[in-house]
Amino acid sequence: MAETVAAPEIRPLVPHLRIGATREEDYLFGSKCSTCGAMYAGPRLFCGKCSASGPFEEVKFGRDAEVHVFTIIHQATPYVKAPYVAAIVDLPEGVSINTNIEVDPKPENVKFGMKLKMYTEKASEDKEGNTYIAYRYRPA
Amino acid sequence: MREVAVIGVSMIKFGRYPDRDVSQLAAQAGHEALTDAGVEMKTIEALYSGNLYQTSGSGQRILQQLGQTGIPVVNVANACATGSTAFREAYFAIASGAYDIVMALGSEQMGKQGLLGSRGDPATSLEGRVGSYMMPAVFGMAGMEHSKQYGTQPEHFALASVKNHYHSTQNRLAQYQKESPLDEVMNGRMIAYPNTLLMCCPTGDGAAAAILCSMDKARQYTTQPIKVAASVLTSDPWTDRDLSLPDINTLTKNAAKIAYETAGIGPEDLSQVELHDCFATAELLHYENLGLCEEGMAGKHVASGAPWIGNKIPTKYQEDVAPFQDKTYKPKTTTVVNASGGLLSKGHPLGATGVANIAEIVWHLRGQAGARQVEGSKIGMAHVIGLCSACTLNVLQK
Repeated sequence: MAETVAAPEIRPLVPHLRIGATREEDYLFGSKCSTCGAMYAGPRLFCGKCSASGPFEEVKFGRDAEVHVFTIIHQATPYVKAPYVAAIVDLPEGVSINTNIEVDPKPENVKFGMKLKMYTEKASEDKEGNTYIAYRYRPA
Repeated sequence: MREVAVIGVSMIKFGRYPDRDVSQLAAQAGHEALTDAGVEMKTIEALYSGNLYQTSGSGQRILQQLGQTGIPVVNVANACATGSTAFREAYFAIASGAYDIVMALGSEQMGKQGLLGSRGDPATSLEGRVGSYMMPAVFGMAGMEHSKQYGTQPEHFALASVKNHYHSTQNRLAQYQKESPLDEVMNGRMIAYPNTLLMCCPTGDGAAAAILCSMDKARQYTTQPIKVAASVLTSDPWTDRDLSLPDINTLTKNAAKIAYETAGIGPEDLSQVELHDCFATAELLHYENLGLCEEGMAGKHVASGAPWIGNKIPTKYQEDVAPFQDKTYKPKTTTVVNASGGLLSKGHPLGATGVANIAEIVWHLRGQAGARQVEGSKIGMAHVIGLCSACTLNVLQK
């Protein structure tokens, strides 16, 4: 009997990224607490701010963001190329997320409040051949 | 609640012990604390054992070395606040009246492993692909928040490192006892901007212990019981960006408010603080979080000399520090910070840190700190933060 091999899939690397038919259709989304208005990246069961158990409204995020803070990682985990810029960025929808920023990794190239645009690309592949897509930001 | 005293403390030299087992390191610290208190193991009624990497059964394995008296053992894990949380559990065991005399122990064996390895399948790891979640990133960015808000320069953060390395030269139990002038710190290999190698604490092995006793029985054992004036633990409340960048400030501010109210003191009453300088950036943030200086003044505070032993910049460093000083700045407190050398020099074997900080304060309050003694120390505080997130504050009083 022939073994059934699952076809490789394209998967999001994080739960707050939804994969479209093309990379241009990928988008980030969040959950808004209908009780207190707190916004979260990705799906959510309970509200950490007000303890409500929902309901949460799903919100599709646009591609804009701005730099809250950043650092430049010189000593990185082995499979990652360093140095690179790691940052916390604020989205106009009212949530902050972690990301890499694609710039020449020098402190003078990143400014607090700098405007950014999101894009997605392949980040990795597992042993079964599944592809993982990550989001990043670059200066707008 | 009853008054609680610390009657014995110990700390083994932090470093690397490849030939010894973590329970042996811990047992050594336990034995030294018993000796310091003049108490035998059979007198101890309970053990609170803090250990992060080898948690399960760690306390029981220590008693297999130190004395299997059959007492209750509670194993505690609470990130970097593991040892200090064990101490707090021991404090409440006495304060509540459940026991009269107990031991708190913190131990860790980290070996030479770094903290850069990712757990699980590298293919699905976010690290380095969707930002960075490692401690150097968190504390680099926490420092950058301060720079963003107040214009703090990398050199201001680096001065905390210069100070703590300077302090450590008088601490034979510190993992490193080597001075590092400002240019050496600034020119060090960059780890995560703005923290260079010498602005990051090392990994290592270590253990520390404390014997706690009800104040009414403490004088049977010592003429110098040290009162635990407050023992506080907080977790991180919901703040806007806490889920993306752990907020190390709010929970420390919350803990400080409770600690000062409970102890009936203000920051200006503190002779000294051992605070959680896992990175040089963190030290400056905690000056403000603990009320040792006004908001936004941490850079000026470290450059003023106030938190240095003797409350002044050593003569040999004055020229280096001058460009970063504000001559008009008046320090709010003269509280000495990290006389031990801090985590930056003394080392940070995770579970041991929170008890070692308490041992340091106790030695100063007893006048036993040798060449690094904070003169006339009357009240001290030990602060620890673990991500994400636990904050402990223990106020100790002569």
